[in-house]
Amino acid sequence: MYRAFSKPEKAAMYWKETFRQAAGIGVGSLPIIALVSTFIGAVSAVQFAYQFSSLNLVPMWWIGSVVRKAMILELAPTISALLLAGKVGSNIASELGTMRISEQIDAYEIMGVNTPAYLVGPKIAAAIFVVPMLVIIAVFLGILGGWGAGVGGHFYTTAEYFKGVTDGFKSYDVVVMMVKSLLFGFIISSVSCYYGFTVTGGAVEIGESSTKAVVYSSIVVVIVNFVVAFLLL
Amino acid sequence: MIEIKNIKKSFGGTPVLKGVSATFEAGKCNLIIGKSGSGKTVTLKCMVGLLEPDEGYILFDGRNITEMAFTERKEVRKEIGMLFQGTALFDSLSVEENIKFPLDMFTKMSVEEKKERVNFCLERVNLPNTNKKYPGELSGGMKKRVGIARAIVMNPKYLFCDEPNSGLDPKTSIVIDELIKEITEEYNITTVVNTHDMNSVMGIGDKVVFLHQGLKYWEGTHKEILKITDGELFDFIFASDFLKDLRLRAHFDDK
Repeated sequence: MYRAFSKPEKAAMYWKETFRQAAGIGVGSLPIIALVSTFIGAVSAVQFAYQFSSLNLVPMWWIGSVVRKAMILELAPTISALLLAGKVGSNIASELGTMRISEQIDAYEIMGVNTPAYLVGPKIAAAIFVVPMLVIIAVFLGILGGWGAGVGGHFYTTAEYFKGVTDGFKSYDVVVMMVKSLLFGFIISSVSCYYGFTVTGGAVEIGESSTKAVVYSSIVVVIVNFVVAFLLL
Repeated sequence: MIEIKNIKKSFGGTPVLKGVSATFEAGKCNLIIGKSGSGKTVTLKCMVGLLEPDEGYILFDGRNITEMAFTERKEVRKEIGMLFQGTALFDSLSVEENIKFPLDMFTKMSVEEKKERVNFCLERVNLPNTNKKYPGELSGGMKKRVGIARAIVMNPKYLFCDEPNSGLDPKTSIVIDELIKEITEEYNITTVVNTHDMNSVMGIGDKVVFLHQGLKYWEGTHKEILKITDGELFDFIFASDFLKDLRLRAHFDDK
């Protein structure tokens, strides 16, 4: 890990690699994040509408407020992180694992490249940079999903919903979301890099390391999610 | 010149190298030969620093790399080119990008200079106009040649080749061997080739080191190797009945 953050041989090459990784993580994950967050927002709105209507005690425009709060504080960062652990985590672990088995990492070493810095550093930097952006997009799409489902189901009007979305907004919630996103980006990339980089054996071991990367990233994400919520809320 | 002194290496308590010492001459094609499991690859990996020996040391023209810190060792590594057994070309990069990578990372050459150097190396290994191809589009022999081009792009002082003929047909093997030999002589490189191919031994081996069960069993030239009449080296060289028969016939013809 120490060597992953040591001085780069040539900064331009590291920047190039970081942007390449960021594009891979960001563009590659955007469709799945967009799809899932939209439906998560939609289903949250429907569920809250079902419960609120049975209680008959709270106004329906509160749903906008609840969906916004749930998306920002919990659903967008955590669901996105779990999705990314599956998609990006397995991708990173299998890519590095294949490079290790096929001696490509050794080839970099022989050239004099600091392999943890060049192969791991840009992936972690890219994930820390991209995951928060994906989470922000997930929040907006989740809120839009809630609007679409609620208006389509005639639970509330557009004006009522967005009254709820803007009512009682706290910027501190966004700070908590960003803290979670940054930590999740670091966890997913570093855990996956560790399992990919340390593979020994062959194809079976690459598969195992890929699975471990997803499972352990997901476990660490949910634990850290609780710790952050406990400490910051 | 590269010297290895009393190199020992174990894996999980199993000794693989039990104290190997040898000298690899400057500007020559030095071969490490031996049966599978004799410790050839481990020796080579210890020499280039991919594995740390448990004991002993390795000198590159008097510089002890086993005692060097990572940053010092990086400087020596820039003088090393290596052809891997499976070529280890970067899958996601084109042939040109593969060869250009060390130039991008370690030099301040202009785009034109780098392109010129890449084309020169590709022409040297008889692979012109393959710049835009990807490793997946190349045959085994072509991959080996790209591997050699990448290994020589930084004008190395030392060239290491791990089983350069593995997976190649006999004719392509000879082409690769000849290329290694030519490059060694042309650029006065200290080359160490790890092989169990007897054609390579006879064709390019200026100096031969035979490893057996983790120890250096024999050291000499490829001409001397033919005078061996018994022992492990004899069994290794004349492993097939066909070769033994051929040798016997040659022996009687001489008489």
